[in-house]
Amino acid sequence: MATIDTHSHTAVAHHDEHGHDHAHHGNFWTNYVFSEDHKVIAKQFLITGMAWALIGGALSVIFRLQLGFPESNLSWLKPILGGWLTPEGKIDPEFYLALVTMHGTIMVFFVLTAGLSGTFSNFLIPLQVGARDMASGFMNMLSYWFFFLSSCIMFTSLFISTGPAAGGWVIYPPLSALPQAISGSGLGMTLWLVSMALFIVSSLLGSINYITTVINMRTLGMSFTKLPLTIWAFFLTAVIGILSFPVLFAAALLLIFDRSFGTSFYLSDIYIGGEALPNQGGSPILFQHLFWFLGHPEVYIVLLPALGITSEIIATNSRKPIFGYKAMVGSMLFIAILSFVVWAHHMFVTGMNPFLGSIFTLLTLIIAVPSAVKIFNYVTTLWKGNIHFTPAMLFSIGLVSFFLTGGITGIVLGNSALDIQLHDTYFIVAHFHLVMGSASFFGMVAGIYHWFPKMFGRMMNAKLGYLHFWFTFVGVYMVFFPMHYIGIAGFPRRYYSWTNFETFSGFADLNFVITIAAILTLAAQFIFLFNFIYSIFRGRLAPANPWNSNTLEWTTPRHPQHGNWPGEIPTVYRWPYDYSKPGAKEDFIPQHIPFSETPESNLPHENEEIKLEGMGAAIIVEEKH
Amino acid sequence: MIGILFMIFRIGNLVEVVKGKKEEGDNWNNFNAALFIVFMIGGLALFLWYSVKQWGTYEPPIASVHGEITDSLFWITMWVCIVAFVIIFIVMFWFTYAYRYDKNRKAVFFADNHYLEITWTVIPAIVLALLIFKGLRVWNDITSPASKEAVVIEVIGQQFAWTARYPGVKDKELGHHNYKLIDASNEFGLDLTDKNSFDDFKSLTLHIPKGKEVLLKIRAKDVIHSVFLPHFRLKMDAVPGVATHFKFTATKTTQEMRNETGNPNFNYEMACTEVCGKGHFSMRFPVVVDEPEDYDKWMATQESWLKQNPDYLKYVPHNLKEAAMIKAGLPLSSTIQTPNSVTLK
Repeated sequence: MATIDTHSHTAVAHHDEHGHDHAHHGNFWTNYVFSEDHKVIAKQFLITGMAWALIGGALSVIFRLQLGFPESNLSWLKPILGGWLTPEGKIDPEFYLALVTMHGTIMVFFVLTAGLSGTFSNFLIPLQVGARDMASGFMNMLSYWFFFLSSCIMFTSLFISTGPAAGGWVIYPPLSALPQAISGSGLGMTLWLVSMALFIVSSLLGSINYITTVINMRTLGMSFTKLPLTIWAFFLTAVIGILSFPVLFAAALLLIFDRSFGTSFYLSDIYIGGEALPNQGGSPILFQHLFWFLGHPEVYIVLLPALGITSEIIATNSRKPIFGYKAMVGSMLFIAILSFVVWAHHMFVTGMNPFLGSIFTLLTLIIAVPSAVKIFNYVTTLWKGNIHFTPAMLFSIGLVSFFLTGGITGIVLGNSALDIQLHDTYFIVAHFHLVMGSASFFGMVAGIYHWFPKMFGRMMNAKLGYLHFWFTFVGVYMVFFPMHYIGIAGFPRRYYSWTNFETFSGFADLNFVITIAAILTLAAQFIFLFNFIYSIFRGRLAPANPWNSNTLEWTTPRHPQHGNWPGEIPTVYRWPYDYSKPGAKEDFIPQHIPFSETPESNLPHENEEIKLEGMGAAIIVEEKH
Repeated sequence: MIGILFMIFRIGNLVEVVKGKKEEGDNWNNFNAALFIVFMIGGLALFLWYSVKQWGTYEPPIASVHGEITDSLFWITMWVCIVAFVIIFIVMFWFTYAYRYDKNRKAVFFADNHYLEITWTVIPAIVLALLIFKGLRVWNDITSPASKEAVVIEVIGQQFAWTARYPGVKDKELGHHNYKLIDASNEFGLDLTDKNSFDDFKSLTLHIPKGKEVLLKIRAKDVIHSVFLPHFRLKMDAVPGVATHFKFTATKTTQEMRNETGNPNFNYEMACTEVCGKGHFSMRFPVVVDEPEDYDKWMATQESWLKQNPDYLKYVPHNLKEAAMIKAGLPLSSTIQTPNSVTLK
């Protein structure tokens, strides 16, 4: 094994020399636009993701205005919304659905999949496993540009006259298949499908690269058991993505056939717009199975990277090893596997066989166990730590809090008998926005604060970070916590207004509070945006290792060039969580410090490994000659 | 405005650089730690205050047999969740505060402990197992086949309205339907070659007899809708091309519920919970629960669909025409009609 590692190591080192030449002679286009450098690509993903997050957030505030102030006149939004406002200054009910749909699509795919995985897998995998770059820089570049193209198409769809897709982000046919049913299912839906197809290509190109890099390009000594939890998370996320995204691709393809070529995969027995359609024999439920076969793993594609990032940040800033490294890896692995066999819990009330419902209830509640283990491990990591509240740490604690608050109601929703009443109410909206949306968003923001010094060579302003955190943390709770009450009261989601129903006539006060909180939360993001842009140019210069962290990326210079390390890639000797080790001089020992240099803090079995360290070096020398 | 803020920010930054950072950093650290405690206490207080304020009014009142059971399981589960949530919430923020940075202290190197890990794997697993088994028993009861005596009612979703079809008092069987037969009048797509369809009637209110098992047969004409009867804790999608159903037993008439809630205008309602287009939010279907006798009376006063649309007699096969007219209550001749209406009573 060691020999193989060395091989790849020297091979990459070789490649690096080319890379250096390239960087020196490259022009603006090859350096910053069509770059093959993983760090530049990561920043491209990050900035595109942030732009999408603002759009997605703004859309949600617009529809929250409708729900929080149902009586108000919104004609001041006319310059932005134009014909989507009714003459009375109300949002058009169909546009309301388009807003909800695009908010979901943008946030789930463009922000929390591409923006999160795309940024941090790209940035951190080579830096933390000790590689010069991704396995294929070219594919990596393609991955971004496919995403960019997909973004452009999705963005365009916001401006067409029939409106963007409006059948919910889950795009269930027949609604999404029939332009007669809703105008968003015309050109808007076509663009949605094309955009998603390109997005899937982008995601697959990225994932293949992440997996290959993690498996093949780890530096000498970086065994899987020494990988930081971030890398484990990105690795498993990529595996989940590769196995599930093609299924969404298939689902979308069949939907395209149904829409444009007269097939009947999802359509049967439909009478609409005064005519009976010829389609027979298809099943809309088939689409739901295919969609959720991706859709559920997608939840973990969004969440696992955030959990990985958090593990790293919490350990670093608690100055403590992450509690239960093996249990953390094990639970992520278990979650990754189980994520493929719980999809039908989104479909308890579709009329599928009740026996299937029982099976999926059982499997769904099993997945709660590793999730609970992760929460307990985070809390134990804080215990008797020495906690530095950097903005990244604040957001990580916020993530754990959301993961707890949102996750625990999963126990209710996963139980099919209880889901009957709560399905498609605000209870589920509260649940997934906390456990997946907000938690992952906080993971992403925490990651930006934590790795900003390595990305841009400067520090972000901490105090603005605190301000941003407290507004966002409280704001998000004020938005989503009240939704539990509204959900228990039975309020259905995706409703433009509830005034038609006596049953749903209450809670105008809570809806008002939620909308105010949503506006404040969005406003707080501009503090972050300012801090981000300001710090890129004017931030305090960052030291090489500002957080006294153990992982390899902090051994690179302040501005890592193409190839990451100016000299040789460091060799790894220990796991990444040697914080506050008894006997050690400092409260951290980076991964590249051999045990032979730290006799005062070694555990008995680590002293044994000192002998192996010499052997590893001998192999390197042999290979070089 | 933004320019001014920017200036203030820059000046603040410069002052900070001059003052030196270290001491201040510790203060901020303590400040954030304290805010977590404030947040924890404030958050829980708000949660408690609102929950107490709304006590007893969380959910629509229950009006079905299985609703009583799922609600009690829901609240058991919720209590388990709330207790676990509050404990972990307090412990987490307490740790956050208690173990804030102190330059005189060193963190404890505590990398794993198998007993702890096994404990908090096994305890949630046991609690979840108990909840699952209870839940699955309930689920099996709810989804088990309806009895033969169940009152069958068909509910049909379309953009953006519900209709109900009743099997009629004479044969108590719903006639066949075919979506290709749907037109402006024949909105059910009623297949008039099936004799069971002759006395089927349409209703724009869902009438349900109290205390009798009701089997809702659910279908959709155009896109997916979802039948949601919040008071009956009932939800089932209406899917074009796929027949779905849900059985339940109502426990309180509309009048009883009016008395109980003290709201003389109380009405049961049915809503759509699967996004189905522009008018999704307006698919309200009024629901009335009657005493069984009132229900029978109501049934008897309803005109069959065929009677309302006598033109469609031409689609009835010739040999069944007479039977169709009798069943539909169309005047064939007075001698036949009279004994029939007597049997009704």
